[in-house]
Amino acid sequence: MTGLRADRVVRRIGDKVVVDGVTLSLSPGETVGLLGPNGSGKSTLLRLLAGVLAPSAGAVTLDGRTLTEVGRRATARRIASVEQHADTRTELTVRDIVALGRIPHRRAWTPPTAADAEAVTEALRRTGLTDRAGQSWHTLSGGERQRTQIARALAQEPRELLLDEPTNHLDIQHQLDLLDLVASLPVTTVIALHDLNLASMYCDRLLVLRDGRAVTEGTPAEVLTPALIEQVYGVGAEVTHDPGHPVIRFLRPAAGDGSPPKRSVTSAASTAP
Amino acid sequence: MSLRTLLLTGGGLTALLASIAVAVTIGPADISTGDVWAAVSAHLGLGESTLAPLRDGIVWNLRMPRTLLAAVCGAGLAVCGAVMQSLLRNPLADPFVLGVSSGASTGAVAVVVLGVGGGVVSLSAGAFFGALLSFALVLLLSHNLGGSTDRVVLSGVAAMQLFSALTSFIVLTSADAETTRGVLFWLLGSLTGADWGQVLLCTVVLAVVLVICLGYARTLDAFAFGDEAAAGLGVRVARTRLVLLSATALLTAALVSCAGAIGFVGLVLPHATRALTGSGHARLLPVTALTGAVFLVWVDTLARTVLDPQEVPVGVVTSLIGVPAFVAVLYRGRRRA
Repeated sequence: MTGLRADRVVRRIGDKVVVDGVTLSLSPGETVGLLGPNGSGKSTLLRLLAGVLAPSAGAVTLDGRTLTEVGRRATARRIASVEQHADTRTELTVRDIVALGRIPHRRAWTPPTAADAEAVTEALRRTGLTDRAGQSWHTLSGGERQRTQIARALAQEPRELLLDEPTNHLDIQHQLDLLDLVASLPVTTVIALHDLNLASMYCDRLLVLRDGRAVTEGTPAEVLTPALIEQVYGVGAEVTHDPGHPVIRFLRPAAGDGSPPKRSVTSAASTAP
Repeated sequence: MSLRTLLLTGGGLTALLASIAVAVTIGPADISTGDVWAAVSAHLGLGESTLAPLRDGIVWNLRMPRTLLAAVCGAGLAVCGAVMQSLLRNPLADPFVLGVSSGASTGAVAVVVLGVGGGVVSLSAGAFFGALLSFALVLLLSHNLGGSTDRVVLSGVAAMQLFSALTSFIVLTSADAETTRGVLFWLLGSLTGADWGQVLLCTVVLAVVLVICLGYARTLDAFAFGDEAAAGLGVRVARTRLVLLSATALLTAALVSCAGAIGFVGLVLPHATRALTGSGHARLLPVTALTGAVFLVWVDTLARTVLDPQEVPVGVVTSLIGVPAFVAVLYRGRRRA
């Protein structure tokens, strides 16, 4: 069995079950979107996949061995993750941060090798940060910070890349730029997203979570239906099928009368006498 | 090792050797620079001493160990401070943040004032065991509270308060004026009693801990974005923290038991050095060891000469210089926030 796989993983915090028996296996090179409302367990599932959290039950395996068997350092040479809120008080340049990605490849008491320097240069180039390599983290914009963290992840030379809502707080141009970059990378990617249209545009496959459980899984066209959106997010939506991927348009909740949401403004007008 | 690291360490090492060579020639006894160096080289097996035995003793048994102990303490405290600040991700952390110095003071007064150990245990040994006891308490407490960075710092604060209170209580209820004065002098940090045994002990512990910390240099870099980011970079966070906290606590305990709690070196020197080296620990740790050493050699020289013939505890002088620097660090932190 190759690749990264979560097999009926459970994660409890105290009495609360945050992830409840989720199974996910990844095919090489695909981009999988994790969808679900706040608190549905997306971030926790990503941390379980990265091995920074241990599952309470079930197992996360890499090529058939559990992450514990693979070991922390070897896991970090295969799987790289980008957290939702990365920040530091340390004075670091973009290049310093990207070089952190080489830590799992480096040995104690030895300086960085030529391969380390090359991986850093390549990661900077791929993310378009070569010109900003000397700039301080504290002077970067939100989008540049995300790209720096992605460059750091690429310097790890992973085969699996895990991203937790990387487009948060970015304007639409930066959201599209960033997801274009991610989609162009030759790695298997799992990406937690809030924006259903972005998920539809950039993901090969979607896994929808609610209350820690997997609700459904499939291609964007299979998964993103008005019924599913109503069931998981509790909002009305219209879905049209563009060539290539579904497009979602949300509807305003009906005002306070408890009736099901009206289909659209035009249908409301047509019922008028 | 990069060229810049080599230049900085080479420069620092030269500055340290020069500082030691000059500092041993300074002192109340009127001994010429040439005589001092002749005495030192005689002891190193490089010639004949021209000094009378008494004056030779002043140079070799008083000034030399004292200057060297100052260098070792400065180096050790700066390294411990740098490691603590990165590991606990707290710019105000110093070697004493885990209550090690307070534990040491309680151990010391327990021996000196209460007579614990029946006269067999020395002040230094009492201080050493007190320091380790306090550290063990902090580890146990923070582990039971979940082991996060904040819990470690809070447990340290709790231990510090507890042992400071115990020390004050013992001193105020049981000590006579003479003993109190002696204990107070040691509490403020002093290199007065330095001897070759202390120099040897502290140097060995410093060497071992420095090698361990340098082995963890890139691991310490990984903590910049927090524990979880470090774990994502392949660091075994709990194990790393235990190893590094234990190593630095051991070194701090050894230094405090010989020279008392010399404040501010471990807080301020790492910050000052970062401006020179950047944040990478492979460069920061060796360079801050050297800046710390040079700093304390000169501060101690100042402490023993400025009010001659009276001596100012070296901890008082480091604090007088350290407080303005500390305020500057706070202001820098405020600008960034």
